[in-house]
Amino acid sequence: MTPLLSTSDVNIFYGEKQAVRGVNLEVQRGSVNALIGPSGCGKTTFLRAINRMHDLTPGARVTGQILLDGEDVYGPDVDPVTMRRRVGMVFQKPNPFPTMSVFDNVVSGLKLAGVRDSRRLMDVAERSLRGAALWEEVKDRLRMPATGLSGGQQQRLCIARALAVEPEILLMDEPTSALDPASTARIEDLMTDLKKVTTIIIVTHNMHQAARVSDTTSFFLNGDLVEHGVTDQLFTSPRDGRTEAYVTGRFG
Amino acid sequence: MMRAAAVTSARPAARLSPVRRVKNLLMGALILLATLLVVAPLILIFVYLLREGLGALNLDFFTRTPAPEGEAGGGLLNAIAGSLEMLAMASVIGVLVGVAGGIFLAEYPRHPLMPTVRMLSDVLAGIPAIVMGLVAYSLIVLRFGFSGLAGALALGFLMIPIVVRTTEEVLKLVPLSVREAGLSLGLPQWVVILNIVLPAAAGGIVTGVMLALARVAGEAAPLLFTAFGNSSVNLDPTRPMSALPLEIYRGATSAYDENQRLAKAGALLLITLIFLTSLLARRASRVKR
Repeated sequence: MTPLLSTSDVNIFYGEKQAVRGVNLEVQRGSVNALIGPSGCGKTTFLRAINRMHDLTPGARVTGQILLDGEDVYGPDVDPVTMRRRVGMVFQKPNPFPTMSVFDNVVSGLKLAGVRDSRRLMDVAERSLRGAALWEEVKDRLRMPATGLSGGQQQRLCIARALAVEPEILLMDEPTSALDPASTARIEDLMTDLKKVTTIIIVTHNMHQAARVSDTTSFFLNGDLVEHGVTDQLFTSPRDGRTEAYVTGRFG
Repeated sequence: MMRAAAVTSARPAARLSPVRRVKNLLMGALILLATLLVVAPLILIFVYLLREGLGALNLDFFTRTPAPEGEAGGGLLNAIAGSLEMLAMASVIGVLVGVAGGIFLAEYPRHPLMPTVRMLSDVLAGIPAIVMGLVAYSLIVLRFGFSGLAGALALGFLMIPIVVRTTEEVLKLVPLSVREAGLSLGLPQWVVILNIVLPAAAGGIVTGVMLALARVAGEAAPLLFTAFGNSSVNLDPTRPMSALPLEIYRGATSAYDENQRLAKAGALLLITLIFLTSLLARRASRVKR
């Protein structure tokens, strides 16, 4: 089976400084992939290259090739707006749109792109909120401001918002680092369910989380992809000494 | 940490040594004095206008036009109507251009024209009001004659840099992650700015517009040779129009007590309106935060 995402020799620079070096990675459809490594190792930088978020950062530059379903994400004819629609993203801190209701937040990706059919919007909202395991909690307050939800609910709302545009791949940048353990557990459970509808790449600081939720894990260190493999193997019998040192807690 | 804070803040004044207590009182008195010095002019102006002008703030003041020079009675309906209409027109110019400029400066920092626009906006902020009147004079009055529209244009130009500055600043307060969330949904940047970022900053922008209005509402200089003034009520923007600052100027320089009293009542109304606008602006910004 051809991988959904494959990168070859991806280098990312901030001005003169190189943050990511020659990353080759393949991600299969319907899997959860964890990117782990100490702070500043380039895992978030790499993640943000996949949906062209670096286009907005002054001085940031991406070289090499990233193929999403065979199409070059940085191809000369590719509109970054169209590409981002295929790649969803959930951020470190919950960031619901502050002036919008719960409902408007979920359907914002469709509504602001011109979808007016209220029946369809309602269907999408319910399906996305169910997908994010939030429907039962918010179904009676869809018209309330999204900022009134708890932190964990806000983050699941952001997941629902990303799911609503049916992305082929969902990027999660430390999605539980601002949440309490109960909310974290809910989102980890959710990831397993989400594999049925999309593919997930998650950046996490927490090795236990990577071990719990992911099928494959990539270990980054100082901008290099040190090791990539099936999660169980990478944690129990890593090939590289540096990976072993990190997963056994000798540094990081 | 907790203990240290409790010890310093909860220490009763009676436990201070006599020297420190005296110093404390002295410094407190100095601060009070400084505060009074700062607000004294405002209070004095307000008291003066209340004493001199309150008597003329009657029903006639709001419903009639000025009486002929030297005669008793009359009101400033022409000026009130003119001021309101010109300020409304000025707001349209100030808000449209000002908000657009603020969006450009805050959201497109890498655009090659950005430094130029920033500099132009700063220069505009420093241009004296009377020069802005001259600009409107040469643009409109020389061709079409004195008109309320020319006055509104001058006031609108004065509002632009204030609105630009506040819009830029409140837009920068909206977290970057909100913009990124919008873009990651596959929305074009302009949709994200107009539908997500701008509403989040709306309260602050309203505050900026109101402060700009309060700032230009009292301007007489740019209206002297644009709106010119009108002794009867005129709502047609293509003809000369009166305004509160213009009537205050004319009344205050008049030799007759009656006209002077009307001018002072006009001044009282004007600063009351400005005061209320500033209060409302503060409220608008507080509700949003």
